[in-house]
Amino acid sequence: MGIHQLNPNKWIDLYADYLFNYAVSRISDAEIAKDLVQETFFAGLKSAKNYKGDAAERTWLIAILKRKVIDHYRKINSNKGKAEVRMNYSAGSDSEGDWLEEQVADPFSNLENSAIENEELGSAIQNCLSKLPKKQNLVFTMKTIQGINTEDICNELDINPSNLWVMIHRARTSLMDCLNQNWFQI
Amino acid sequence: MISCDKAAHLCNKSQYKEATFIEKLQLKFHLLICKVCSVHSAKNSKLTSLCKQAKLHSLSKKDKAEMKKLIDKNIT
Repeated sequence: MGIHQLNPNKWIDLYADYLFNYAVSRISDAEIAKDLVQETFFAGLKSAKNYKGDAAERTWLIAILKRKVIDHYRKINSNKGKAEVRMNYSAGSDSEGDWLEEQVADPFSNLENSAIENEELGSAIQNCLSKLPKKQNLVFTMKTIQGINTEDICNELDINPSNLWVMIHRARTSLMDCLNQNWFQI
Repeated sequence: MISCDKAAHLCNKSQYKEATFIEKLQLKFHLLICKVCSVHSAKNSKLTSLCKQAKLHSLSKKDKAEMKKLIDKNIT
């Protein structure tokens, strides 16, 4: 056995959001992504005895999820028999004729890079979030990512608003510190 | 005049667009005269924009609870 050990009881709390983000960024369908995360946990449980402990738990789970995502794309493609690829160069009907400008790559476009960067940013934030105390993580996630309003969060978690704002403040401060090295340039 | 603690609170509130007009004015005024808070406020807004930019997703509490139940069933 290596230095790492599996701890399935904590999987959901620790990794569910991380895996879900990973899946959503590749599948872009929240329901399917959820199912894949679920299947990943099952597969992880099933093959837990094969886990050698060389990789960290999260790396191991991501590796399983990666296979699941690939399998998913294989499945939907085989359902159709073959993937239909329709190429339409002149997307707009009003642009008739062969306009060369529309077909060459835009050298100044940074769309591709920003997509990659956003993904890295997402995992950096998730990483920092997972270092927060559990309660702060929960409050911050509900407030910032799910956008639930203050009153509802207070009711659900049974805390008062000033309590909530203190937790938000602590969470934000430690997130800032954590992201400071990589992303802040202030 | 408001204290730095109060300013930090208002700053967080305004990140979620929950600060009232008066509160925003108080905060702005404090940021004019307090260097430390204005740096903190700048970082705070940066954090908000980063979170928005990253388009984070997360599973709801209910989904997680359901998953947990299923996993617990499989462990035993």
